[in-house]
Amino acid sequence: MWIDCILEHEADSRLVAIKNVSLAEEHLHDHLVDGKPIMPFSLMIEGMAQTAGIIVGSTSGFKEKVILAKIAKATLDCDVTVGDTIRYDATIEQIDTAGAKTMGIIDRRIAGGDAWERIGKVELLFSHIDNNMAGVSFPEHNFVFSDNFKMILDTAGLSGLVEV
Amino acid sequence: MQETIMSREEIFEKIQEVLDDALGVDEDEVTPGASLTADLGAESIDFLDIVFRLEKTFDFKISQGELFPEGLTDNEEWVTDGKLTDAGLSMLRERMKHVDFDAFGASDRDISKIGDLITVNSLVNFVEIKLAS
Repeated sequence: MWIDCILEHEADSRLVAIKNVSLAEEHLHDHLVDGKPIMPFSLMIEGMAQTAGIIVGSTSGFKEKVILAKIAKATLDCDVTVGDTIRYDATIEQIDTAGAKTMGIIDRRIAGGDAWERIGKVELLFSHIDNNMAGVSFPEHNFVFSDNFKMILDTAGLSGLVEV
Repeated sequence: MQETIMSREEIFEKIQEVLDDALGVDEDEVTPGASLTADLGAESIDFLDIVFRLEKTFDFKISQGELFPEGLTDNEEWVTDGKLTDAGLSMLRERMKHVDFDAFGASDRDISKIGDLITVNSLVNFVEIKLAS
């Protein structure tokens, strides 16, 4: 998972999650700009996709299989480095049986700081694959349910979002 | 309450913006006769993006399968051996009045090419019909 914990949840509409950027993560050892480890933007988009994917999936109790279908737009104004915290704020803009569109704001809190600053926006499109793959069958189990995913929901007190 | 009627030209300009945003194409590539798939490079997932953008731009709801043909191959009455049947053609003409099926009807009716029929002009027709209903 590319988020550490969930901070806010508004049912069926918005989810806010954070990610602490640590040098313990191996990918930062190989992603240097002027010798400084920088969080790859692609992984920040993945973090936003996971945040937005949880709120989209939660609208159906995670019974629909939701996949990231398209990165409609993604902008990032500055780099994130070790010790910084990233905040992903995802809101569902449109949703129907075929899929969903989300708008995401990326904020950064620099190491040792208190204030959040807005550094990017990510617009994503999710597909409800059971409704869009005309006859293609998928496994019965929902493949987003990793142990990490369940732990993040439990920690945020949101395990009730999952319909058993 | 003042009702605003949108002209075809205004609808076309808004659709140019929608396709510019959804497909990353230049507005001058978005001509009335341009096919979304064959000329503008749209893929299946782009259709969902276009539907959402049209809903937002024109403030109406679009049902699944209303704008683009879907699920045709599920029904043998409509598609046989990869070709659209007469019944399939009649059904599409009835359901999708925004699309010009004349040339397709007179061709070999290869179902894999049916997506090419969705042109910029058919989107303008669709919006015009929706706004008038």
